[in-house]
Amino acid sequence: MNGKVFRRLSLLSATLTLFLLIGIFAILFTYAQQSIQAFGFDFLTIDQWETDEDGYGGVFGGWIPIIGTLLSTLIAMAVAIPLAMGIAIFLTEIAHSNLIRPVSVAIELLAAIPSIIYGMWGLFYFAPIIQELFGGNGVGLLTAGIVLAIMILPFMAAITKDAMNTTPGVLKESAYAMGATKFEVIKDVVMPYSKAGIIGSIILALGRALGETMAVAFLIGSVMSVAHKVTDSTISIPVLLANNFSEAQDLQLSSMYYLALILFVVSFAVISLAKFYFLRRGTK
Amino acid sequence: MEQNNMAMKVENLTFTYPGAAAVSLKSVTLPIERNKITALIGPSGCGKSTLLRCMNRIHDVYSGNKYEGKITLYTRSGEKQNVLELKKENELIALRQTVGMIFQKPTPFPMSIFDNVAYGLKLSGIKNKTELQGRVEKALKGAAIWEETKDRLNDSAMGLSGGQQQRLCIARAVALKPEVLLFDEPTSALDPISTGAIEELIAELKSEISVAIVTHNMQQASRLSDYTAFMYLGELIEFDKTETIFLNPANKMTEDYVTGRFG
Repeated sequence: MNGKVFRRLSLLSATLTLFLLIGIFAILFTYAQQSIQAFGFDFLTIDQWETDEDGYGGVFGGWIPIIGTLLSTLIAMAVAIPLAMGIAIFLTEIAHSNLIRPVSVAIELLAAIPSIIYGMWGLFYFAPIIQELFGGNGVGLLTAGIVLAIMILPFMAAITKDAMNTTPGVLKESAYAMGATKFEVIKDVVMPYSKAGIIGSIILALGRALGETMAVAFLIGSVMSVAHKVTDSTISIPVLLANNFSEAQDLQLSSMYYLALILFVVSFAVISLAKFYFLRRGTK
Repeated sequence: MEQNNMAMKVENLTFTYPGAAAVSLKSVTLPIERNKITALIGPSGCGKSTLLRCMNRIHDVYSGNKYEGKITLYTRSGEKQNVLELKKENELIALRQTVGMIFQKPTPFPMSIFDNVAYGLKLSGIKNKTELQGRVEKALKGAAIWEETKDRLNDSAMGLSGGQQQRLCIARAVALKPEVLLFDEPTSALDPISTGAIEELIAELKSEISVAIVTHNMQQASRLSDYTAFMYLGELIEFDKTETIFLNPANKMTEDYVTGRFG
């Protein structure tokens, strides 16, 4: 194979990913047209998802699943971020060297568990506990959010740990040499130094939490209503899509593409933001 | 040498790193005289940095070190304490604020120039803004970097050149009014002009502070120091006035090293 052919082939594979990205966006946008024309931007605030008697028309809006997605993700982040920071700080600054490996491996293995298993565990074991503690019927925003937190935790902790590990030892020693305590070294040197990596890990985990389907489908309750308490059942975008795809048609199907488009744009924006942070860190 | 001329005194110090089979320092005895500069020279791995790092117990940021012997700190107020007996975190903090350290590479913290110098002061409990400003300015002047930084105190310290960063680190240490400063090859990452500026600064500091400096640079040791200690394989081979070490050493190995025949 000469150089020219090789160059073209690798260029082709590289551009393919770009075309895939644009292609998926274009398909979503095209299929969503019917719904976009019917509801426009009001789609974002309509809190109904009703099919007509004949099964073709109806009123469809994204408000409930969008809010469900955002709130469950928010709960997940609120639980996961402090825990992930704690794990990362423990592993980089506190743990004795013969504890670091087993804990790190356990974290990696936790990341390898398929999401359906988290869903089943959450439904059969964890949801009754939540019901016992907070009332409600066990499935809802809180249960989904906490299990989501457990799912994104390993990933977030691992990246944060790596980011914190890049803090030069001599920089930490300098702070100790000024009379800093371990806590002050972590707060004033390690955290600011690894800030970009930490934010990057949070945003990547956010992207994953936004799109998680299987576990949330088990745990959020799949009810088409806005949650007023954290224990209330509601629905998220991916769950609504997964539940309704088989029987949806016409305007409802188009509305689901519209929802998918919204999720795509939000996730894309989140990941781009993460990339931006990582890139900035690379050039620093 | 009388005790009241002494800033620190290392006696029969044997040091072992955690998990190491062999000792890294073998029964080292070394005086650090007050308001003098003591240079530690020797080939790589001879233990000179290890010795320096015992003196402010920075080794103990990592656990499992073994010390034997004694390191006495004689404070200006006339007290003396065995540095190796300190156990509590607040005792170690007080020690490190009295015995400061400058590292091989400049280590500005990821914060502004002002905050870098104010950092140690804030840690030691100074909160008053006017006092902080005064002490920061004084420290920056003391480290001969005030003129270059006075108009950009709120800029990130990362934007300074290597030599400026190292002088900032010295300012940061000086701000705490330490009695002893330990320099661990402070100019090994710097160009000759910055090195000159740092050396000049160290020479000025000795009117206030006692200095111990580890260096690979023979000229630096001979230019700068009052006393020189030659170390080899974890042992202190010879300690004397710098001119004696360089012009008329008692030990053959010292002579070979300072004349560049090995090392």
